Amino acid sequence: MIASILLSVGFLSACGVVLAFLIVLAERKILNYGPCTIDINDGERRLTVQGGSSLLSNLAEQQIFIPSACGGRGSCAYCKLRILDGAGAIGPVEQPHLTPEDRKEGRRLSCQVKVRSDLKIEIPKHLFSVKRYLGRAARKRPLTYDIVELTIDLVEPREMEFVAGQYVQLESPEYKGRESVMRAYSISSVPSARNRIQLMVRLVPNGICTTWVFEHLKEGQSLHLSGPYGEFHLSDTDAPILFIAGGSGMAPIWSMLQDMEEKGIRRKATYFFGAVTQKDLFLVDELKAMEQRLDWFTFVPALSNEPPGSGWSGERGLITEVLARHVPDTSAHEAYLCGSPGMIDAAIAVLKKGGMPESRIFYDKFA
Amino acid sequence: MTAPETGLFSSFLLIVISAAFTDNILLARFLGMCSCLGVSKKVDTSIGLGAAVTFVTASTAALNYLVYTYILRPLGIEYLKLIVFIVVIAAFTQIVEMLIERISEGLYNALGIFLPLITVNCAILGSSLFMLNKPYSFLQAFGFGLGCGFGWFLAISLIGGIREKINESVVPKGLEGPGITLIIIGIMALAFVGFSGMIKV
Repeated sequence: MIASILLSVGFLSACGVVLAFLIVLAERKILNYGPCTIDINDGERRLTVQGGSSLLSNLAEQQIFIPSACGGRGSCAYCKLRILDGAGAIGPVEQPHLTPEDRKEGRRLSCQVKVRSDLKIEIPKHLFSVKRYLGRAARKRPLTYDIVELTIDLVEPREMEFVAGQYVQLESPEYKGRESVMRAYSISSVPSARNRIQLMVRLVPNGICTTWVFEHLKEGQSLHLSGPYGEFHLSDTDAPILFIAGGSGMAPIWSMLQDMEEKGIRRKATYFFGAVTQKDLFLVDELKAMEQRLDWFTFVPALSNEPPGSGWSGERGLITEVLARHVPDTSAHEAYLCGSPGMIDAAIAVLKKGGMPESRIFYDKFA
Repeated sequence: MTAPETGLFSSFLLIVISAAFTDNILLARFLGMCSCLGVSKKVDTSIGLGAAVTFVTASTAALNYLVYTYILRPLGIEYLKLIVFIVVIAAFTQIVEMLIERISEGLYNALGIFLPLITVNCAILGSSLFMLNKPYSFLQAFGFGLGCGFGWFLAISLIGGIREKINESVVPKGLEGPGITLIIIGIMALAFVGFSGMIKV
């Protein structure tokens, strides 16, 4: 009796140990691709890494942060990079995310490409300055009933160099069974304040990260973010500017306006701020004061669904209608848009109708 | 002198065919249903998974036959076969996945990604257990595994093809997805029951 119990327990343990040993051995021997070289931007940087894991995680280990919201599971498709050589065949997870154009130019999801041999890749320059930061939530200031301004003190590294219009990815930790995610928020503060950044976060019903910011994040609490990302910034021309944004889409515009004032850039600029009713408006006093102070700046808030007779004396109607009324001829302007895809598509249609070439329309869509 | 060899071959073939058709593991025994429902939306993924299952079923049937005959039976611990077979299958799929990944990326993309899915597929464990019911030789056990896997491959490819067609037609809301698939599998099972008893091995 005892002997048979001992025999079966002993046999099963031995079986487990032998098989586990075999798997570990196989992992060492079979999946060992040896050191591989990653050549970035034609020799600009060379990394030597141990092959076998994904390109995205290899780059992150070397402190190069590629935007990624899904954590390497191949569902967000933010981590696309051009891989010129050594990427291998396109995997089934990548298939649905790659457009014919991507395929032609060799763009791949870096989270799905394993480093198996020497690679030649291209990384946009601005991603080199991306770092992961430890920060502290210094202040949560409600701007409207569903938008807060989140002020973050940077702790480690202490300073972030960015251009007005860029965004950061805020990491929400796991809470109440919701997974940890990263979400992009434009920086609304000025680039000259390097140690303290501000974001405008709008509460998305059931949104994982926004709910965390609204309900769980306390002032003084530590958090992680990475950045700066994005190529949404002012161009170098003198063309008069049309800013069009609604809700939390104001963030990059507010940063650009403050930056222009600080740097003494005197380009003509008009900001069309679209909102539904008066309770959706915010920072109006600051923007009106800015309009008084600066002769080059005009501020046009417009409400699309304000009840008649509410005492609102400003513009009424959809922001695109107001835009068409104010600037019928847009051919000499440059436009910067930030907001929901629907709003941006509608605004682009109006701008093009007014004569603006598509090359002078810059936008930051948030999905 | 060639007679015994053809005899061996024909018995092997007979076992393969009977395992694939008269005792179809998916349609007659309803094993391996979870991964079948999950992956049979398209023909090409069905074929990929089916091929992976065929390969793994055939190899693990042979492997488990050896483990059973030369380790479990001499030690008198046949009652441990269930748990031992599971770990052998799991370890085998893991190692094969690594091998395929290393050897051919194309093959890995076609087959390898399905391997983790079938580590715990009951059709594979089932065929390893069922083969012990008959006094098979090593080669016959391998044939039985091959036949089981091929039968599963055949069934899931057919289901995949039907589901692709069904996607283009209107299905009552409550029956969409797994519902209509199970009904289809039931009807196909009826058809396969028609084979039963045709071959006695």
